[in-house]
Parts: sequence; C-alpha cells; structure tokens
Amino acid sequence: MYESLWVMIIHSVLLALAALTGFAYLTLMERKILARMQHRVGPNKAGPRGFLQPLADAVKLMFKEDIMPADADRWVYTLAPILATIPAVIIFAVIPLGKDFVFFGERVTLTFANIDIGLLYLLAVTSIGVYGITLAGWASNNKYSMLGGVRSAAQMISYELAFGLTVLVPVMLTAWHNPSGDGLGSLNLTTMVDAQAGTYLGFIPRWFIFTPTGWLAFIVFLIAATAEVTRAPFDLVEAEQELVGGYATEYSSMKFALFFMAEYMKLIAMSALAATFFLGGWRFPGLENIGGNWGALISFIVMLVKIIFFLFLSIWVRATFPRIRYDRLMDFGWKRLLPVSLATMAATAVFVVLVDQL
Amino acid sequence: MNYVVLTIFFLLSALTLGSGIMVVTVKNIIHAALWLISTFVGVAALYMLMEAEFLAIVQVLVYAGAVSILVLFAIMLTRQITGTGTRQLHSRWWVAMLTAAALFGGVIVPTVWQQGSSWDKTASDAQAILVQQATEANGGTRPEIIPVAGTEELGAALMGEYLLPFEVVSLLLTAALIGAILIAFEERTRRRRVLTLAEELALRKRGIVEPHDEEGAVVPVDAEQAV
Amino acid sequence: MLSTYAFIGIFTVAAITFPLLPLIISAIIRPNRPSEVKLSTYECGLEAIGEIWVQFKVQYYLYALAFVIFDIETVFLYPWAVAYGQLGLFALIEMGIFLMILTVGLVYAWKKGALEWI
Repeated sequence: MYESLWVMIIHSVLLALAALTGFAYLTLMERKILARMQHRVGPNKAGPRGFLQPLADAVKLMFKEDIMPADADRWVYTLAPILATIPAVIIFAVIPLGKDFVFFGERVTLTFANIDIGLLYLLAVTSIGVYGITLAGWASNNKYSMLGGVRSAAQMISYELAFGLTVLVPVMLTAWHNPSGDGLGSLNLTTMVDAQAGTYLGFIPRWFIFTPTGWLAFIVFLIAATAEVTRAPFDLVEAEQELVGGYATEYSSMKFALFFMAEYMKLIAMSALAATFFLGGWRFPGLENIGGNWGALISFIVMLVKIIFFLFLSIWVRATFPRIRYDRLMDFGWKRLLPVSLATMAATAVFVVLVDQL
Repeated sequence: MNYVVLTIFFLLSALTLGSGIMVVTVKNIIHAALWLISTFVGVAALYMLMEAEFLAIVQVLVYAGAVSILVLFAIMLTRQITGTGTRQLHSRWWVAMLTAAALFGGVIVPTVWQQGSSWDKTASDAQAILVQQATEANGGTRPEIIPVAGTEELGAALMGEYLLPFEVVSLLLTAALIGAILIAFEERTRRRRVLTLAEELALRKRGIVEPHDEEGAVVPVDAEQAV
Repeated sequence: MLSTYAFIGIFTVAAITFPLLPLIISAIIRPNRPSEVKLSTYECGLEAIGEIWVQFKVQYYLYALAFVIFDIETVFLYPWAVAYGQLGLFALIEMGIFLMILTVGLVYAWKKGALEWI
C-alpha cells in the first residue's frame, strides 16, 4: 500500500497535523457556539472574528510556568499527559476519511491504515486511553485529583462495555449487505463504508442508521461515546463544583493543554466513528458517479460535514444538559445501557438471519 | 527486510523482558503496575510481528485495557501498600529464580528436542500450504497478501470445531463473576444515601415525615423503595 | 499487510513525538520560579491534611471485575459477528446459549446488589 518509508512518514505527519488543526479549531468552535447559545459573543479579539484565538491560547500556554507539586510522583506526573495524548492521536490511523487522490500518478490516500481488524484496533486504543487520566490523578498526590482519576477509570470501563457491544451491530449489518456478496461481516472500516453505498427506493441512502435496528444502536453509540470521552453531561471526571479540576487540578502549562488536546481529539475521533459506522462515512448518494480528484475532494468534504455535525451536537448537548449524578451515571451504564446494547445486538442478529432466510 | 524484522524483534524482546524485570524489582507498587502494562504491550507487539493481528489486539484489549485496570483498583483498595516503598525481594529470591528457570526449561527443552531439527522445515511447509490455499481461493493467481488466520476463520472455528470449549468459557466466566461477588461483596440491607430534595418531598407527601429511631436519630430509608 | 502495520508503527512514533515536542519547547521558553507555597498540594487554600491514599470503595473493584468478564465476552463476540452472516441460524442459537449463561451472571450481580453504587 505504501511504497516507501518516506511516504509513510509524510502521511503520518500530515495526519497528526490535521488532527492538531482539528483540535485547535474545535476549541474555537465550541467557545463560539456555547457563547451564542448563552447570548454572548465569544472570543473575537485575536484575529478576524477571533479566528486566531487557538494560536493565541497555544502560545500563552507555552509561556506559562509549569508547577509540579513537591509531593507529586515526578515520573508518572510527566508521563500521564503523554499517555493521555498518544491513544487520542493514533485512533485516527484507521478511520477512512475519503476516497484516494491521484496527483501526477501518485496515490495520496485518505484511508491511512486499511487493516482487517480496524474496529478491534479502535477498541484497544480506547481502552488504553483510561490510563492517562487515572495516572494523572494518582501522581498528583492530591485528593481531588485522586477522586477524579478513579472516577474516570470506573466511568470509562462501564461505558466501554456498551460501546463495544453496539459496534457489533454495524459489523453484522455489513454481513447483510457486504459488497463482495460473500455474506461475511467485517471489522474493516473501509468495508463497512463500502457496505453503505447505494440507496433504498432510490432516495434513502443505505446507511446503517436507516436499518430496523441500526438507529437504536446509533443512539446507544452516541451516549456511550459521549461517556467514553467524558464530555458533558458525563464529565464527572472534572466536575468543578465537587472536585475542583478533577484529575487536572495540579496540572498547568503545556501538560494541562495536552489533557485538553487528548479529550477534544477523542471527541473528533468519536464523531468520525459515528459517521463511519452509521452515516455511511464519506459516502453520499450520487457520489459514486463523480470520479477522479473532484470525487475524492467532495467525499472528504462530505465526511468533514458529518464530523462537524456530530461535534455541533456534542456542543449543543453540553449547553443543554446538567451534569448527571455519579450513582445515576453508574446505574445508567450498567442497568440501562448495557442491557439495551445487548438486546440491540441480539435483535440485529435475529434480523440478519431472518433476511437471509427469506 | 528480514534484518529489519529481526532488529525490531530483539528491541521488542528487550523491552518486554526489561519491563518484566522492573515489575518484580521496583519499590513503588504503582510503578510496578505500570511496568506490567508495558510488558503486556510488548507481548502484543511481538504477536503483531508474527502477523497474529487478532491475538495482538486482544492482548492489548484484555490485558492492557482491562486486567491492568483491575490490578490498579486492587492496589488502590489496599490502603497499606499504595505509594509507599515496598520491598519486593525476599531474602531467598534466588530459590524462586531457580524454580522459575527450571519450570521454563521443563517447557522449552522438550519442545526444542522434538522440533529443533525440523523447525525451519515445519514453518516452510505451513507457509507452502497457506500460499497454496490462498492461491486456490484467489482463482489460480497468488494474492499479494496471504492471511495467516482471518477473524472470520476464527469465528467459524469457534462455532464449529471448538464449540464445546466456547460454551464452557461462558460458564467459566459466569462462575468467576458470581464467585467474585460472593467473596468481595457484602450485601447491605439498607442503603445509606442522603435523599435528594425531590425524594424527601415525595416522602413528606406520603406522610412519612422523618423516620426516627428510639434515640431520635434519623433512620436512613431505602430511598428508591420509599419513593 | 505488514506495510500497513508499519504505517501504524510509524504513526505511533509520530504520536509519541507529538506531545513531547511542545513539552520540550515549553520547557525551554517558560519561566521557572518555584516557591514552597507554589509547590504545595492544593486543598482549597488550606494546608493539606492527612494522606491521599484513602481506601476506596469496594464497589470500584466489583465494577472492574464485572468489566473484565464482560470484556472477554465481547472479545468472543467479534469473530462470531464476522463469521455470522455465513453461518446463519445455527450460530445464532449457539451464541444465544453463550449469552444466556452470561446474562445469568449479570442478573445475579444485579439482584445481589453488586451493581448498586451506594
């Protein structure tokens, strides 16, 4: 797939930079939209309409003093923000962002790592994402941090189960309309996107959200993913009313920024995944007819629009819902979401067999 | 390419073994847990090098992602040992080391004895069979990628040849869950949550004002039952 | 196949340098004037009392245990879900039995109150 080492290095640097830019402008987008929803203006001083605000923030944080508490565990304290960032970045490797470009006979791919077990890779990467926050809480040697860290670990593992079970639904639905016709499901994200090509009745796209069980899985996925990335209303990890700053209480300067970056990058990744699993990824009815670089460009824009839609949804939810209480959070995860996701999965299995038999 | 793979193999082995040694020697028990995670990830990378992708990912998912969290929680639950320096080495550590070496030898020596001379031949035979199968499946031409064992073959094997072990696994897991709950959990007759205002209001509406015991202390109510 | 994984390997290396770079740059350019008060542990402005190594609720451990068990269950479900479309009805029944037995565990935990947070 990749001809040489240099191609790989250039691709990976570009992907990392794209994720970074996405993060930077997501913060601006969130502040602007939240401000509008609360009848404020939001940042508008740095650059035209506040467009350079992320850059200003980054420079400011770079120049801030980094305070490490005397009682903290030096090594783990430094390691934690790095451990939090790495999974948030490498999750992007398997997400197909669009069709391939061809420039002067050279293929520039937007499906960076097309691996057969892409979905499991995603789950594995999300499951190590817990450590950064937990260890930050432990290493700070602060009661608030500790509580925030342990809470986060318990919350993430609780919702990871529902998350892992609902993504089985797209796997099985892929078996239902697998383009190769062998009736196999797939853990490969590109195959999943391909399985969502075409339309029902000529106008409804064959996205998994429009299948009899897919929409339910989609809702469960959105809730579980929101809890996975500890976004509002599941942001108990950093509940400032009770835990000051949660796991990040003792962090400052660039290390603090890294935690923020990890959280927002994970949010972007989850939005991209929601689009890939249930909204047909970069596919759109009629896009099959547009070939060449224009088709690739439009497919990328379609994917981007879908991602931004989910990001907007997340910000909207943050502006609307109050934070959930911790015992309710755990109850909801184990007693509601887990049974519902199991039932959705079972229903999909029955559905796929029935369609096959008829 | 072969030398590259070999170099990566030795680097990864060094990482895995080094982390393993750190696990049993560092004084801080949380650090030991961290090194343990590093060992797990190293083993996963070795699996990946053998192109056993499913196994590698599952290793990360289950060991690095789930079991290690359990270990961390277990450490945090045990008040005495967290954070403070613990001496891990017993005075007769060399006996333990000899036993471990003997056990390891007990496994590896017969294997090498039996397989050692035909090792390369077995591997190349297996490779030849794989290539032949993949070529047949591809309609006569040799495909670029030859999968060792795809996920779908694994699934088919679990549903066919290994059906009984597969079902027994579920029994084992359930037994583990029930056993763990029995050991770790004491059933509480009363829940001691502070009622929310809404729940208190609901209680008052039903005439239950403030449940007191004989000494006048407020008796905690089973909140959900009362509401 | 290996070339794709090589990409993931290189990308992981890039992802490791990614947080390190700003950390190093910031370490060079930022001021560093520590003082005793600055380096003390934050506890709402008061002096920190007692150790942070308090004993946590046993609930955390129970959730983690249940998580490990259901996580392993999920891992078994993936190959099944992939092969499922070809195997059909028989596989559905087999997985039904597998899930049924595991649901017994979940129901037991639920009824026993192990999933209650408070």
